[in-house]
Amino acid sequence: MPGTRRAAFDRRQRRRSALVAGVSTIVAVAALIVLVPLAPGWDKVRESFFDVDEFRSALPQLWRPFLLNLRVFVICTPLIMIVGMLVALARNVRSPALYPLRLFATIYTDVVRGVPVILWISLIGLGVPGLFQERAWYSKGIVWGSVALVMCYSAYVAEVFRAGIIGIHESQRAAARSLGLSTGQTMRSVILPQAVRRVVPPLMNDVVSLQKDVALLSVIGAVEALRRANVIVAKTFDFTALVAAAVLFLCVSIPLTRLADHLLVRQIRRSSGTAVR
Amino acid sequence: MKRTTLATVAALALVLAACGSDDAASDTTAAPAATAQTPAECAAGKTIADGTLTIATGDPAYFPYVIDDKPESGEGFEAAVALAVAKQLGFEGDTVTWVRTAFDTVIAPGPKDFDFNLQQFTITDERKQAVDFSDGYYAAPQAVFGLADSAAASATTIADLKGLKIGVAAGTTSVDYVESVIAPESDALIFNDNAAVKVALESNQIDAVVTDLPTALYITGVEIEGTKVFGQIEGSGGDEWGLLLAKDSTLTECVNLALAALTTSGELETITTTWMSEFTDAPLIKS
Repeated sequence: MPGTRRAAFDRRQRRRSALVAGVSTIVAVAALIVLVPLAPGWDKVRESFFDVDEFRSALPQLWRPFLLNLRVFVICTPLIMIVGMLVALARNVRSPALYPLRLFATIYTDVVRGVPVILWISLIGLGVPGLFQERAWYSKGIVWGSVALVMCYSAYVAEVFRAGIIGIHESQRAAARSLGLSTGQTMRSVILPQAVRRVVPPLMNDVVSLQKDVALLSVIGAVEALRRANVIVAKTFDFTALVAAAVLFLCVSIPLTRLADHLLVRQIRRSSGTAVR
Repeated sequence: MKRTTLATVAALALVLAACGSDDAASDTTAAPAATAQTPAECAAGKTIADGTLTIATGDPAYFPYVIDDKPESGEGFEAAVALAVAKQLGFEGDTVTWVRTAFDTVIAPGPKDFDFNLQQFTITDERKQAVDFSDGYYAAPQAVFGLADSAAASATTIADLKGLKIGVAAGTTSVDYVESVIAPESDALIFNDNAAVKVALESNQIDAVVTDLPTALYITGVEIEGTKVFGQIEGSGGDEWGLLLAKDSTLTECVNLALAALTTSGELETITTTWMSEFTDAPLIKS
């Protein structure tokens, strides 16, 4: 009903808040632009962190190493989802006979999450390759470093999935069972579809976080984007290469974060149930 | 205003650092012509104890710089260099006294109880503020080491190294050297420190490690068993080591005269080859 006084009032309110938001943003940005260069060390900082020529020469050198980050990220993500889901399911088994499975899954998530990712990568990435004598794809440090990443993140992701599964109301389970579905069928066709949809936004958080943590593989010798940037810094004594690496990471993580945000908003809109489908 | 000054100072320091070694080299060639006296004439009466030359080194002094911690014997690279310089300055046998010093206290400003000191002191502009350095007597080259049975053990030229998986420790000059000069076919692995490089060697992730020769000698001799220096790369000398003297010592120019004479006669090169290549079993890898 666009003509009512209420609608006109709403429009005015919206316009007013848009104006306030716009002005305060401009003031904040202007303050940043004016104030930061007033800092006594700004000239030196700009020289050693934001050197345009240095940026231009660093970016192409960082591109190939960054492809390694992306490769590891793209290969690890589906593996993490699969392992994480299996661990979450194992933590939710109710049959007493399968209790050891449940116990093992609990210990796994506790132990894995209890140690910093960088430590797991050092331990597994540097340690396990020593078990092999021949040099093959499976004896490479980078492979085992990636295994460590999958291990850590699957434990995080398992907890997210588990939260989703627990969050489905018990009545759903009861209803499914009363329709004659088995435990497995209930999980597969009733619980999981709802649970997974609910946890997509928090899952995306872990995915964004993984994309950054791939840089930790540098501790096992892999020359990925961050390590390459550090090498450039060590050579030029100019930190602009680090800024260039940050830009590359942002190119991937910002779209991912926006996607996560979009999914979250869409889900809230759906579950608040304005339109019944 | 202040900011510009800082930037200028920083730039100047960089320029100085960049051409430090060149300066030292030109001093060597210019000095004899200007003074036209022998090192011995120059040194007469300038030592801290009349008639004796007091030389200092580390406590203890290590292989291959001093053998068995007995510098008097002249066995070991620095012991030999020191005695050769002493001889040029007119001191020999009983007229040479050795004293021991701790590394850190030596490079601090203040009076010294020795005429010159040598224990692998790298010549830096920062240190030159506090002490004098002679011209360089050694420039540590890049070296290759690994497990004794490695494929890299038989390398005799840089081309032999190209096909290998090479590891380096981050933040060292070796990183740039490996990537720009050796340019291995498969990317070098860059580790945080030598401990990680060691594990990578042992777990067969890499064939060889590139580092400067003194570090390679230390790691293979002391830190990691079963490793061996395969060779030092010809013409890859980097940081220069100098004899250290008290700030503004009158003896500095005499020591430079002595070093110049040893360089001209080829004696310094003979000493270097004897102790840093043959004795350490680190053959030259041709470029």
